[in-house]
Amino acid sequence: MTFQEITENLKQKFGTAIVEVKETVQPDPYIIVDPNSLKEISKYLRDEEILTFDFLNCLSGLDLKGKLAVVYHISSMKHKHSFVLRVEVPTDAPTVPSIESIWKSANWHEREAFDMYGIIFSDHPDLRRILMPYDWEGHPLRKDYQVPEFYNGMKVTY
Amino acid sequence: METITKTSHGRTLRTEEMVINMGPQHPSTHGVLRLELVVDGEIVIDVIPHIGYLHRCFEKHSEQMTNYQQVIPYVDRMDYVASMNSELSFAIAAEKLLKIQIPERVDYIRVIMCELQRIASHLIAIGTYGIDIGAFTPFLFCFRDRERILDLFEMTCGARLLYNYIWIGGLSHDLPQQFIPTLKEFIVDFRKNIKELNDLLSFNHIFIKRTANIGVLPADVAINYGCSGPMLRGSGVKWDLRKDEPYSVYNKFDFEVCVGKGEVGTLGDCWDRYIVRVDEMEQSLRIIEQAIQTLPEGNVQSAVPKRIRPNPGEAYARAESPRGELGFYIMSDGTGTPYRIKARSPAFVNLSIISEISRGCMIADLCAITGSVDIVLGEVDR
Amino acid sequence: MGLLDKQFEDGNIVITSLDNLMNWARLSSLWQMQFGLACCAIEMMAASASNFDMMRFGVIPRATPRQCDVMIVSGTVTLKMASRIKRLYDQMSEPRYVISMGSCSNCGGPYWEHGYHVLKGVDRIIPVDVYVPGCPPRPEALLEGLIKLQEKVRNYSSVKSVA
Repeated sequence: MTFQEITENLKQKFGTAIVEVKETVQPDPYIIVDPNSLKEISKYLRDEEILTFDFLNCLSGLDLKGKLAVVYHISSMKHKHSFVLRVEVPTDAPTVPSIESIWKSANWHEREAFDMYGIIFSDHPDLRRILMPYDWEGHPLRKDYQVPEFYNGMKVTY
Repeated sequence: METITKTSHGRTLRTEEMVINMGPQHPSTHGVLRLELVVDGEIVIDVIPHIGYLHRCFEKHSEQMTNYQQVIPYVDRMDYVASMNSELSFAIAAEKLLKIQIPERVDYIRVIMCELQRIASHLIAIGTYGIDIGAFTPFLFCFRDRERILDLFEMTCGARLLYNYIWIGGLSHDLPQQFIPTLKEFIVDFRKNIKELNDLLSFNHIFIKRTANIGVLPADVAINYGCSGPMLRGSGVKWDLRKDEPYSVYNKFDFEVCVGKGEVGTLGDCWDRYIVRVDEMEQSLRIIEQAIQTLPEGNVQSAVPKRIRPNPGEAYARAESPRGELGFYIMSDGTGTPYRIKARSPAFVNLSIISEISRGCMIADLCAITGSVDIVLGEVDR
Repeated sequence: MGLLDKQFEDGNIVITSLDNLMNWARLSSLWQMQFGLACCAIEMMAASASNFDMMRFGVIPRATPRQCDVMIVSGTVTLKMASRIKRLYDQMSEPRYVISMGSCSNCGGPYWEHGYHVLKGVDRIIPVDVYVPGCPPRPEALLEGLIKLQEKVRNYSSVKSVA
């Protein structure tokens, strides 16, 4: 199915939960969905026969200066099509529902997004830092991140 | 937790769970992976992986570069065992964003290089897997052949390990004159060596005892966990991006997608994942042979853009690296600096399954399982 | 030792200083700690495999720090790993030597500027005897570094300590 067909399908099913359709973004257009209905939409995308998005390729955090976003790249092995979802939340209250129960591969990806951007995935089973040390402060991939000068007595800067 | 078990002599025995640490410095963890094991005697109850000991801030670096081409050396260092494949993934993602067509010769040379790199990477995987199991000799055999591939790379671009060879829109150098004859010699010799390797390791009785029926990964679990590459194919799923979503010029070549069949044990065990790698080397040789027969003429740098400044937009492109689906998500804001690059590394996703498949195995089997996942920590941690 | 070799009739006597004998023993069996960090570890593996054969210098990889003489820091040292390397180094018995292999462990390498999680040089936490430059160094370069280390060991004197 093409991007338009999938979007139409989702619009009919979920209506206002689809916040915006970014059709003009090239080469990979995406849709922005409401965080509150993300879980329902993901479940529908996975289980609906004509969609069958069984594979979560990539989950990336994103800092859009003022708001944080999570981008989901999903694809179907059966129908060989792919789709992009996005969720946007304000930086001061970055809570997104976890989709770990739908695609297990989201587990580590969500931990990484939490580590790098501080996005909190509610009802994630094990939300800890994954790449940085557990006692690290701050979220390094945010655009306004300041590198600390010392960590545990070791100089960080050159 | 305390459990009471009865021994064969009828005596009761108290056992207690224990937490032990494996790594980050451990010979069988293939780098700086740390596994926290909850064990009951010799039996593993749970595995908690801790990663990040090689987190080299790839994504931060790519956001600081002033040019997309400058990202390529960092991409090299991400998956240092298969640099060519990483470069190709990044190059096709950037080319998708830039919408540029590249000359056919470039595509062909890229395919030859990537397939050679796949062989080299699988040779490391197989050789070190032998060491994990306790067989040292295959390691020497594998590295002997790998050196010949590295000689070919060195002849072409001057580097043995990290090449910076595949550029966005082209290549850094054309093939040297002696390349094709040397490659042909290598193919003839290597065919014999695969057979030798099979005799030495693959069908070795001890090796089969150590790997068959260990770490069984069912296909539906593998898909749900996002596994790809030999991990997924070892479970019997016929999925290869080279075949199912052809990029570059892979649709012009005839090759087979190797899958595990459960020949010596259960479908999806460690041996299946291992044999997929061995079979893939043979298929890579076939692709290389076809590619050098039909290698077109042309200039390899004619399509390299002078200034790379993509329009605002975003692209996700993926390619089949030796470990699985390597994808790059690039977001551009219209300047020469990428706004965001995220690498979807196959080893990172494949590793997340380790606690699922190693519950209930012995500690010694855990070495076999970690080896069969074939992780490269540079790619797991980026 | 070479000077006096075969100077005596029955060939069973060698006269040498204790230093020479100890140093000769030490430099000919520099057991290496078997652990790799990053890209350079692959070149280190290549150096110990068939074509370069590091074992001919007496370098045998050992899995535990307590049996090792030389630690080859092969690759990028991150802040998370740094404390572990320090601990491994502390567990080695003296005399112990460190070869810093590759630009990353020499000075941070390509990650020197924006690497918020990279230690810029392993010499900030443990003393280094030999630096091998390159990104990654070729196996030949590592062998050269090893020979330099052997030269250093050869000149060691147990009476007056060499700074």
